[in-house]
Amino acid sequence: MSSNERGFFRNIDWITILLYLCLCTIGWFNIHAAVYDEEHRSMIDLSTNYGKQFIFIIVSLVMAMIILLLDYRFFSALAPPIYIVTVLLLILVLVIGRNVGGNQAWIPLGGGFRLQPSEFAKLATVLVLAKYLSGTNIKITDTESFFITAGIIILPMALIMLQPDTGSTLVFCSLIFVLYREGLSPYFLIIIALSITLFVLSLLVNPWLLVAGIAVVGALLVFFNLRNRKFIFGLLVWIVGSLGFVMAVKPLYSNVLQDHQRARIDEMLGITFDPRGAGYNVNQSKIAIGSGQLWGKGYLQGTQTKYSFVPEQSTDFIFCTVGEEWGFVGSTVVIGLYLFLLLRIIQIAERQHMAFSRIYGYGVASIIFFHVLINIAMTIGIMPVIGIPLPFISYGGSSLISFTALLFILLKLDSNRTGYTY
Amino acid sequence: MNNFFERRYVIAAIFITFMVILLGRLFYIQIVDDRYLYFANNNVIRKKVLFPARGPILDRKGKILVQNEPVYDLMVIPKQVQPFDTVEFCKLIGIDIEGFHKRFEKAKGHSLYLASIFEKQMSVSLYRSLQEKLSDFPGFYGQLRSVRSYPDSAAAQFLGYTGEVRDKDIEKSGGYYRLGDYIGITGVEKAYEDVLRGQRGVENQMVDSRNVPKGRYANGAYDTAAVAGERLISSLDLKIQKLGEKLMRNKVGSIVAIEPSTGEILAFVSSPTYDPNMMVGRERGNNMARMYLDPYNPLLIRPIQAYYPPGSSFKPLDGLIALQEGIINPQTTYFCPHYYMAGNHRVGCEHFDGVTDLRKAIAMSCNTYFCNVFDRLISRNGPKRTRQTFIDWKAKVNKFGFGVRLDVDLPNEKKGNVPAPERYDKIFGENRWRSSSIISLAIGQGELLATPLQLANIECTIANRGFYYRPHLIKAIGDKQITKKEYTERNYVGVDQQYFEPVIDGMQQVVEHGTAAGARIPGIVMCGKTGTVQNPHGKNHSIFVAFAPRDTPKIAIAVVVENAGFGSSWAAPIASYLVEEYLRDTITKPKAQVEYIMNANLLPPPKGSKLKEAKPTKADSLKKAKTDSANKPQPVLKAAKRKAKKQPSAVYYANQPIARRNDEQ
Repeated sequence: MSSNERGFFRNIDWITILLYLCLCTIGWFNIHAAVYDEEHRSMIDLSTNYGKQFIFIIVSLVMAMIILLLDYRFFSALAPPIYIVTVLLLILVLVIGRNVGGNQAWIPLGGGFRLQPSEFAKLATVLVLAKYLSGTNIKITDTESFFITAGIIILPMALIMLQPDTGSTLVFCSLIFVLYREGLSPYFLIIIALSITLFVLSLLVNPWLLVAGIAVVGALLVFFNLRNRKFIFGLLVWIVGSLGFVMAVKPLYSNVLQDHQRARIDEMLGITFDPRGAGYNVNQSKIAIGSGQLWGKGYLQGTQTKYSFVPEQSTDFIFCTVGEEWGFVGSTVVIGLYLFLLLRIIQIAERQHMAFSRIYGYGVASIIFFHVLINIAMTIGIMPVIGIPLPFISYGGSSLISFTALLFILLKLDSNRTGYTY
Repeated sequence: MNNFFERRYVIAAIFITFMVILLGRLFYIQIVDDRYLYFANNNVIRKKVLFPARGPILDRKGKILVQNEPVYDLMVIPKQVQPFDTVEFCKLIGIDIEGFHKRFEKAKGHSLYLASIFEKQMSVSLYRSLQEKLSDFPGFYGQLRSVRSYPDSAAAQFLGYTGEVRDKDIEKSGGYYRLGDYIGITGVEKAYEDVLRGQRGVENQMVDSRNVPKGRYANGAYDTAAVAGERLISSLDLKIQKLGEKLMRNKVGSIVAIEPSTGEILAFVSSPTYDPNMMVGRERGNNMARMYLDPYNPLLIRPIQAYYPPGSSFKPLDGLIALQEGIINPQTTYFCPHYYMAGNHRVGCEHFDGVTDLRKAIAMSCNTYFCNVFDRLISRNGPKRTRQTFIDWKAKVNKFGFGVRLDVDLPNEKKGNVPAPERYDKIFGENRWRSSSIISLAIGQGELLATPLQLANIECTIANRGFYYRPHLIKAIGDKQITKKEYTERNYVGVDQQYFEPVIDGMQQVVEHGTAAGARIPGIVMCGKTGTVQNPHGKNHSIFVAFAPRDTPKIAIAVVVENAGFGSSWAAPIASYLVEEYLRDTITKPKAQVEYIMNANLLPPPKGSKLKEAKPTKADSLKKAKTDSANKPQPVLKAAKRKAKKQPSAVYYANQPIARRNDEQ
């Protein structure tokens, strides 16, 4: 044990831990500011969100220790059982879950705490994905492997969709970056980007105009690449697909999406303007962040957040407090920390000998990236409102603990990057 | 590491790109776009107007005429109201259930979360009794406001009253006033509105998203305190004002007393009057309506708005102008055969005076003497130039403040009337009239009309021997006691000082042993002049003008009692009581005599009632001279008459003692 003691912190990436601690502290202070009132001044008053968050941070740190103490092979070996348990929990939550805010996503644990299995589903899916893709002779370009991979990702997505928790479901889409890194054709990324563009355009522009546009662009591309038959074939498939997609958007949009989702998208795209109804949250959130200006209003001085103009201010809209009280400078610092963390994670992933660790690393980066992007973008009105937390900063035990686990498992794997033994 | 190693850069680039997009957007809304700070402040800051206390008004000795009294507006926040015993609540504030629902719906229509006024201006005592139980009625609370209160209930027409602003006022003020603000509507309250109202303050309160107050914005750094209105010191002497109001009880008319050496108005009585407290509080609307219907129109500010022919009180002016023009000297005599013949028109004289000089003519109020003087004055440039001479005469009379506004510091002052030559052109044909045609002007009748203020001002001029100060009601403004500059300038009337003494001699004799001998005050040399003004609608108006003491005049006074008869019998004693009270703080006349006058009821039957139709009296010897105005009623109390015509069944109101505001129970 004594030799293990020595090796406990060996090869640990302190930069990542520092970034992690920074973000957690920022989160804790901003939760304090968001729900601050005169009656509960103490930072660790357990009846308040920031008091509870303090507990969550302690629990997360303890758990991080435990993870670092475990054998690195443990995660690879236990990935499938964890995945299975998570899937079972996702089914269980549909049966006995508590309905909070329209989503049946919580399993009550007693004592005022509750568990959100969808938070852990991300971890489990990334683990099992890494496990599967790192297997011998598994290539994502193979049809069979591709479908198994897709299945691993889509199963928890489908279960979470049933809650229905659109935000958490969409998070799994970010794993496309992992697949891309492991050899998935770049066309997938391009197609996804094009689809999103076409989707937005077909809501904003007259569909016939769009069809005409696609036809013209397609014809020009064909004309300049007449020699390249393979390209022309692909292009034609793309054109036909695009046309079908464009024509299908409107009916799908009206029938498949729920009313509030449609309203949020309309509001974001400026199709409707309803600052008292569907647009209330985003409008108030933009006012909060915009009114922060360069230096912000100062700690505990934010009026938008303190006087509850911004809803969900300690969870999904926590970035409002950052923007309002710390201004552009504070926002830049937070985004900078995230970007630094993401690039660090990519660096860590790339220095792994084991495919499992690398794939897992990219999974962590993708999920954090997606959360940060969607969350901040929604608070400043360039994405529709999707209820997902800001990693390490938003209030919430399940979210903080699962992100901590996600990150520290990577650090544990990374501490063994050079060898196979302690 | 595998074949796709380079893809790490693609992924890193995607991450960086999106984060930069986020930063770009943040840069835009936080730094480029300024609107959001404004929106945020709009969200959170509620500007609360702090109402300044309106300035109090004091009398010349520092006694309070108007002050502010706290009242409570009962406010309601509909969202906070919980079910309660409405019957008991209604009983407490004295409204019925129907009224309760009406108010509550109105408040709900205004806002669920914001406070609305539920009941206005509850007295402190009513609020106290309610306050103990208010905790049983969540959502209701009292808000302190202040209204005007008049401890002595005096000088109503002088002080005027305040009321809520009308849309017109808001428009005119360029948005200074807001709905629900109070503004001076008449009297000093209106004339000195700018000074009295003070300066509003602002308190920036912060509210949360449900409009619940959350303390002050930036610790009050942007708040401004309300500045109370300036204190006005009026020239009024509350003691003689109240005495005057008492003496004029149940009489129609007015008293104006002025200090000649300053132009400060000492008494400003308009009768019938009303209790100014009736214009405040919950009963205001009802009181107002009753006063509008009152045939004696207590809202008329008689000292500056009622017109009376000056009658004999005009005679000193005749004498002064004639002396100045050199038409007569104090020794000039005329023989009075008990009448004067203007052409073939006979102007009667009450007395047989025989050989009369100026002093005696004034003392005995000899019509013959002044008709002769007037004839010579108007014809002095030859009969053919009558018109030009008349224009010159009119200008001279105007210099005395007669027929022009004196610009007293009250709104809606009337200017009286000195007829223009065009008027006679119309009656007699251009240049076809002579002094005999307009001889009634000589004895202050005819088309001559003056307000009581103008009559008193002429006495000031005589008392000062040739000049007057602009009469005014407010002698000092604010703590610095600023007096307006225009009130310290002498207005000369164009008659030299030496000509006044003979006229004043005559006026002294009026009181010593002339027409107003009954008004003599032992030990005080008072100079006066009676006037008995012929009134085509009923009994003559009784007029008395005077100043005292003769050598160092301290008070000049004009008293008009409508439909009372001789000037010597009513107006003169009233004037003498006021003068004595003012100069000596006591009245030496028998108490019974004073009380007789106080209690006398000289109110004419209400106009429009069938009791007594207005008809020309026999005394109207000038009927023929005023051919055009004979079929047209004399324009006295125009406004009152107009209202009375509309309301023939008007309640007779002014006779009853005016009840104090009693909204306390």
